[in-house]
Amino acid sequence: MRDFSYLRADSVEAARNAAALPGAMLLAGGTTLIDLAKCGVAEPSTVIDISHIEGLDAIDVAADRAVIGALAKMSHVADHTSVKSCFPAVSEALWQAASAQLRNMATIGGNLMQRTRCPYFRDPQNFPACNKRAPGSGCSAIGGATRSHAVLGVSEACIATYPGDLAVALVAFDAEVDLGGRKLKVEDFFLAPGATAEQEHDIRPGEVITAVEIPGSAAARRSTYIKVRDRQSYEFAAASAAVGLELEGDGRTVRDIRVALGGVATKPWRVRAVEEALKGKPLDEAMIREASELAMEGAVDHGANHYRIALAPRVIARAILKLGETA
Amino acid sequence: MNDQVTISPTTLSLNLTINGRTQALEIEPRVTLLDALRERLHLTGTKKGCDQGQCGACTVHVDGERVLACLTLAAQVEGRSITTIEGLAGEDGTLHAVQAAFLEQDAFQCGYCTPGQIMSAVACIREGHAGSDEEIREYMAGNLCRCGAYPHIVAAIRQAAQELRS
Repeated sequence: MRDFSYLRADSVEAARNAAALPGAMLLAGGTTLIDLAKCGVAEPSTVIDISHIEGLDAIDVAADRAVIGALAKMSHVADHTSVKSCFPAVSEALWQAASAQLRNMATIGGNLMQRTRCPYFRDPQNFPACNKRAPGSGCSAIGGATRSHAVLGVSEACIATYPGDLAVALVAFDAEVDLGGRKLKVEDFFLAPGATAEQEHDIRPGEVITAVEIPGSAAARRSTYIKVRDRQSYEFAAASAAVGLELEGDGRTVRDIRVALGGVATKPWRVRAVEEALKGKPLDEAMIREASELAMEGAVDHGANHYRIALAPRVIARAILKLGETA
Repeated sequence: MNDQVTISPTTLSLNLTINGRTQALEIEPRVTLLDALRERLHLTGTKKGCDQGQCGACTVHVDGERVLACLTLAAQVEGRSITTIEGLAGEDGTLHAVQAAFLEQDAFQCGYCTPGQIMSAVACIREGHAGSDEEIREYMAGNLCRCGAYPHIVAAIRQAAQELRS
């Protein structure tokens, strides 16, 4: 790890000013930044420690809206009683992510800035070509070992999977990220690679995430996050789905449904085609399975990750069926 | 200490509170809590396994919560209270209930992961995440044991959780 200078910011304003310095990077939980600095991927000249800013870790949950401070720890949000009751998919996405130790360190703001686990991205010494690290250098994954790579939102420049869980639940429920001066949908905050794989987030120099806001809804209250992976725990998703469901008074007709996918796309992936196909329809397993296939429209595989095209719709269907059973 | 310390222009003077004692350190900003503990303070009970946040061998408590020392900068925890495996037993050497349960259940083979397992288990019980074997396995997933002593580790945590509850 290259050395850097260390500054502690004691206010958001101080963090914003320091974040605008060339080569400066913000440090919250450190689980991404210190890891990537050790890999030689992140080479900050100055590390701005924002973890001691007071008042930025509040978790406020009301029926119509949750506001989660950027420095709230993943573990605290996952175990928060009102988050569990009003936004179960958010709690489930959090406790199924990483390990207990990492969840005690990682913050909600930092979680949104988590980088891909693409093994080529993480290994600059052996794989100099990576459009995320070095724009224009090429993609080592394409033509390489692609079992863990994305099938949705990919481009010729990059097929790296977005690895997070929380943001998948956030995009399902129209959450917004508060950057101080502006707010934007979490769905728009994440950028698919296109020709500019190095741009993963719509965040500008000097901007600091201060909070995440999630609108409350009946679908959010009846929601779940299902994560399928190579081992039972402490692993990134092979495919995951955040689903929320609201039924009509008859207990079987879909009034509102939200569906988002993780583990198979280059960014947290909302699948409105599935939602539209099921709205106003009675819950029916065959129809749910057929609608779930719509999530794979435009999917492109690179051989070894082909299985994810078959897997992801089944994860969506399982989540919808699980919510339907709790009617 | 026999390592040569080069004082860079960015050397930091830190006071860390470790196991109830304040320790003064002069270190580069990039030094992790793990390296500060092991290489500077010679508290080698905290182990370096992967050094990448994947194995849990370096688990310590910061303000009572389990974290990974390998992904924590020493500078970041100035002002916090740090507990390592060396600080777990009583002043008179009486073992913590989790330490005693690990001995009784033979919850290790080579022992390298054990300090991290124990620090993690103490927090796991305190968090209320040791209610069943299934829950213990889920909430201890961040601590790998290459000898595969998992069944005994789960048994030790189950036993200690029962003792600490009663």
